[in-house]
Amino acid sequence: MATTTPPAGTASGQSPAAAGKPAGQLARQPPAAADKPAGRPARRPRRSLLPYLLLAPAIVLELAIHVIPMLVGAWMSLLELTQFHIRDWSSAPFVGLDNYRVVLDVNSAAGAELLRSFRVTVVYTVLSVGLSWVLGTTAAVLLQRPFRGRAVLRALFLTPYALPVYTAVITWTFLFQRDTGLVNHVLVDQLDLVDDRPFWLIGDNSFVALLIVSIWRTWPFAFLCVMAGLQNIPDELYEAAAMDGAGFWRRLRSVTLPMLRPVNLVLVLVLFLWTFNDFNTPYVLFGGSAPAEADLISLHIYRSSFQTWDFGSGSAMSVALLLFLLLVTAGYLLLTNRRRNDA
Amino acid sequence: MSRRHLAILTATVLAAASLTACGSGDEAGGDSKTLTYWASNQGASLEADKEILQPELDKFEQQTGIKVNVEVVPWSDLLNRLLAAATTGQGPDVVNIGNTWSASLQATGALVEFDDATLAKVGGKDRFVPAALAAAGAPDKPPAAVPLYSLAYALYYNKQSFADAGITAAPTTWEELAEVGKKLTGDGRWGLAVEGANPSENAHHAFTFGQQYGGDWFDAAGKPSFDTPQNVAAVKRYIDLMAVDKVVNPSNAEYAQNQSVSDFANGKAAMLLWQAAGANLKSQGMAPEAYGVAPVPFLATPPAGGKQVNSMVAGINIAVFKHTGNLDGALEFVKFMTSDTEQVTLNKTYGSLPAVGTVAADPAFAAEEQKVLAQALATSAAPLPQVPEESTFETLVGTAIKELFADAASGRPVTEDSVREKLTRAQQQMR
Repeated sequence: MATTTPPAGTASGQSPAAAGKPAGQLARQPPAAADKPAGRPARRPRRSLLPYLLLAPAIVLELAIHVIPMLVGAWMSLLELTQFHIRDWSSAPFVGLDNYRVVLDVNSAAGAELLRSFRVTVVYTVLSVGLSWVLGTTAAVLLQRPFRGRAVLRALFLTPYALPVYTAVITWTFLFQRDTGLVNHVLVDQLDLVDDRPFWLIGDNSFVALLIVSIWRTWPFAFLCVMAGLQNIPDELYEAAAMDGAGFWRRLRSVTLPMLRPVNLVLVLVLFLWTFNDFNTPYVLFGGSAPAEADLISLHIYRSSFQTWDFGSGSAMSVALLLFLLLVTAGYLLLTNRRRNDA
Repeated sequence: MSRRHLAILTATVLAAASLTACGSGDEAGGDSKTLTYWASNQGASLEADKEILQPELDKFEQQTGIKVNVEVVPWSDLLNRLLAAATTGQGPDVVNIGNTWSASLQATGALVEFDDATLAKVGGKDRFVPAALAAAGAPDKPPAAVPLYSLAYALYYNKQSFADAGITAAPTTWEELAEVGKKLTGDGRWGLAVEGANPSENAHHAFTFGQQYGGDWFDAAGKPSFDTPQNVAAVKRYIDLMAVDKVVNPSNAEYAQNQSVSDFANGKAAMLLWQAAGANLKSQGMAPEAYGVAPVPFLATPPAGGKQVNSMVAGINIAVFKHTGNLDGALEFVKFMTSDTEQVTLNKTYGSLPAVGTVAADPAFAAEEQKVLAQALATSAAPLPQVPEESTFETLVGTAIKELFADAASGRPVTEDSVREKLTRAQQQMR
């Protein structure tokens, strides 16, 4: 989905950057296709089962793990599926779009809660993705030139990404505890920044705590991707820019960032989807019931279905969320493609 | 074999493997010689529980030839796992359930009904403590489980702290508790510890306070009635221990992992409202002599309609899934677990009370703690509403109280209006 066909008339000889494809992808195209020896009849590809067989495991698993559960979820959203019916789904009354009417009606309690949770999640996602990207890019650019200890720093920066989520977030819950946590110990006892020990896991600050943990977990991935992207920028470009008298900022603006564009397009999309759907971080940080200020939509849906045994409305929320994410993704791809084509 | 053939073969094998991987699920119910049993976490750890249970299960195997595979499931996962088992018809044969879930799980129809004939197979209805059996399903239906371990809330107090503050007796009313709590608060110590961020604990206290104020969380028709004046007053009374009386450390508003028990064991708090805390306190190094156990207080002047209830009927029930392939073996196992010998052995280890009347007088339950708990169960405990929406009530009301504690802890005023608003919102989310 991410890479689209080049616009009509794009010759395969066009520069990789213009076609928006990673260089490697084009280079791997068989050269034979272009310069077929004339006179010999083209070998007709033999019909073979092999490709299908090779694809079969992936397709079967993809169906079983993604597609079928998704369809079942969509079907569930049309049922009144509560504890009375979970044992025998066929007995669950078909209610059509009633579940959607309830959860999407902002005047009803459930709808209002969902909307609030949605707003929290949007703000959370924008801040988390934005700050993670800025942090990751900054670190990658600063580590672009070799220096002593660069490898150590790189490894160190990647640690949060390598740690198991649960362990890492549980550690954060200890750090954020009001009386015994390290965060308050540093802020209150050592730096004397605030007099009253603030709460981090309940109340207003819980959003900040969640954001901090999320950025801590996410930015190494941005760092990793941008670092990889930087390797592909030819030194000549920097040399030419330097010859023209471009300073650090000018080089960053005119060389580094434009050359990173293909990487960033995918990176931001992936980070957006991951962060928007993040369940583990809030679940481990707050347990099943997050404070209203940090009630992310994934946790909200979990609470609305598993803890309240109302799988129909939970599914309706999930499907609505899926449609929203599809819409955003499609819009994002359309927008970025159009800009690329205009360029 | 050519490379091509090898590739085809490999692909075929992989495709077949992925197909069969989809087909084979959990082992469904046991055959006549094995049973799968999900135990709840009653002891200090999952491992400890396994060590406690295994010798008993071995005994059962010797007696009947049926091998029981036990898995101790942590509380945080148990309900979800039970739901999954109920939905798929796969999983364990016999399970422990929190007794407050009985009616919710009963509504799924996945559990074997203990009608009189089935009860007779496990020893008969009269064996069980009536209050405990009443908390095993909706009142008008055959129980969906039978009680296994019985528990009730009690007030635990630190004897030394009381002596130091010149307090001679445990408080019997909430007014007294606030009074002595103030004397016990100071120098980094607090009168009472609560588990403010734990929705279940909050909901249990909301129920007890509600009863004392004459409130009901569900009306006679089974419809939620969260925001009645009685319930608002009840919840406010509980929150006020922190907000107004200031005998609870504001930090308790974020407690959800039994930190309140630790605070009590470490002397940071002088009182604690808990169910059978003894075993837990012992594992944290607090000797039984160091604390006293008293009934949970009442209101000094109960309003009209207020009930003499100071605890929920707490406890663990044992249930059998209908999908079991070995119903007779499963019932045999339930009978074994509720037999006199096992009831004494297991409840003694866990510090809980027997669910059967025949061993109530056993010396194993003669300690002060057990006597107080037994007294509460016999005279002043009421089961939580046995309605299918009970677990939703715990989640929604428990979370509302968590938010109110958060307000109180950060100095925001907790008024009748703010309590009512939260309870109304919780009620609106019930369907």
